[in-house]
Amino acid sequence: MANKVWVYIDQFKGEALPASWEVVMAGRKLADEMGTGVSALVFGEGVKAIADTAIHYGADEVMLADDASLADYRAEAYTATLAKLAGDGKPDVILFPTTTRARELAAMAAVDLESGVLPDVTAMELDGDTVVATRPIYAGKLLTKTRCEAKPQMLTLRVRAFGKPEMDESRSGVVTEVDAALAEGDIATKVVDYTTVEGGVSLTDASVIVSGGRGTSNRADLTPPAEITDEKEQEIWRAQQGFKLIGELAETLGAAVGASRAAVDAGYIPYTNQVGQTGKLVSPDLYIAAGISGAIQHQAGMRTSKVIVAVNKDADAPIFKLARYGVVGDLYDIVPALTAAMKDRLGK
Amino acid sequence: MKIAVCVKLVPDSAATVSVDGGQVSWGDAPLVINPWDEFAVEAALLLAEEHGGEVAAISLGDENAKEALKHALAMGCTEAVLISDAALADSDTQGTAKVLAAAIEKTGADMAVFGKQAIDSDNAVTASQTARYLGWPALTLVSAVKSFDAGGKTLQVERAIEEGRQVVDGPLPAVLSIVKDYAEPRYPSFMGIRKASKAEIPVWSLGELSIEAPTAVVTYPEMMNPPEREVTNEIIEGDSPEDIAAKLADKIMAEKVL
Repeated sequence: MANKVWVYIDQFKGEALPASWEVVMAGRKLADEMGTGVSALVFGEGVKAIADTAIHYGADEVMLADDASLADYRAEAYTATLAKLAGDGKPDVILFPTTTRARELAAMAAVDLESGVLPDVTAMELDGDTVVATRPIYAGKLLTKTRCEAKPQMLTLRVRAFGKPEMDESRSGVVTEVDAALAEGDIATKVVDYTTVEGGVSLTDASVIVSGGRGTSNRADLTPPAEITDEKEQEIWRAQQGFKLIGELAETLGAAVGASRAAVDAGYIPYTNQVGQTGKLVSPDLYIAAGISGAIQHQAGMRTSKVIVAVNKDADAPIFKLARYGVVGDLYDIVPALTAAMKDRLGK
Repeated sequence: MKIAVCVKLVPDSAATVSVDGGQVSWGDAPLVINPWDEFAVEAALLLAEEHGGEVAAISLGDENAKEALKHALAMGCTEAVLISDAALADSDTQGTAKVLAAAIEKTGADMAVFGKQAIDSDNAVTASQTARYLGWPALTLVSAVKSFDAGGKTLQVERAIEEGRQVVDGPLPAVLSIVKDYAEPRYPSFMGIRKASKAEIPVWSLGELSIEAPTAVVTYPEMMNPPEREVTNEIIEGDSPEDIAAKLADKIMAEKVL
């Protein structure tokens, strides 16, 4: 337990979130610079396999708390266990992936440990044994350098900001079993049910995203079925035909489907698809914006994408300023043609 | 029952924000109640309307933050309090959470409701940290309260997590953070706005909360404008959608991003 860099592995239903491996890799790099080792933390039930994988990705040691009371993430149970381990082991740094669970865990454990949390970090450098972290604020309209002057320094690392992790199955390390800090009877909350949202690729993990905006409903010559008489519902029906085309392109590219706030507010598509300052912040390798004008609050959510493609009827739409490739045209014409062309090139 | 709802004043999401001489500037963009907090106020009001009770809005900030509180009052909150103290100027999230926890206790609230995050600092940790200081469970990212028993002090919530929807039972008091799916925030009524504009909002200092000024452990030595996005714009033209699509597809393949 003398390792000064700890990394937290977020798992759901026994599956580690891929972002966790990026954190192990980033932790490895930091530990090498600091001249120390990496301990990984795996909490859950029946999660021994995750501990082994953490070693393959670069951990020297794993602290494994495998207990029925930790089967589902619950803030109080996980926080108590982490705070106990860190209170005893006194690491300098604990890194987490920026997932909803791990961000909350880092924040609450920071309170118990009388330290601080730096969430959603996109870059790290060392100043002695203090990490100087870069993190976006105002949805990426600004960047800040930030430090935690107490220990352990708790940082959550933005998904996809620290490069692709590489696995080495020949690596070996020690797995130490540790106890859960709370007994079931001391945990106030109970997880009673869980339902998945309908399939598709998760926006924050996606390396390719195809998004639609208000332009999806702009095809006036599409005739909705006769039973839809309400004007607003006709508009939504039209938009859904547009999103169907976007969905087909996304499926061809193995991409997630996103949307602008305007499209969400108009009821075209659920909020879970929203990209922007009040939606999801994404940074894929390829972002295709179809029928999105590119309001500043949308740009804030996607401007760090590697390659941006924009399709819009309005040649003056602000999205074209961000776009590597632009097509001035109707998404109803361009998107299906692009789907066909990509299918051809990808051999699908 | 009393519900505390914490709100923050932030630059409007349409604001162009930049750093000028080390200071954050949002030009002449308006300061508004944090958009996520409107959902929290709505959730608190709905709970109070359905189960009986009052809603107290709390904000930490300078005198300007009263605008966020007035918005909450205009929506229907029964009282509002501003926490303001020069010693909180450099507060980090831990300090803010500690102070909010003390204020929530002082209002005598039976539960506290927050927005998911503030759109300026984007920390998204204040609700859970406040819960920790209070010693109450944190039920974050709540998309619906499925059952609520103020007398029996239990509730059941639905949470929106990455993988789907999770249903969680918990005790009261608790801290909730609210996501957009909960309910569309109401517009302040004309009467509400009039009432709020006349409201005398009490200001509490740290002394009135009987706590010491927290020492910030998180510091922000530098603020920067993000690097200019260096992008060469190329407009793809062609004779037909198929022709354009073919050229675009070749460009995308050449980028090697798939």
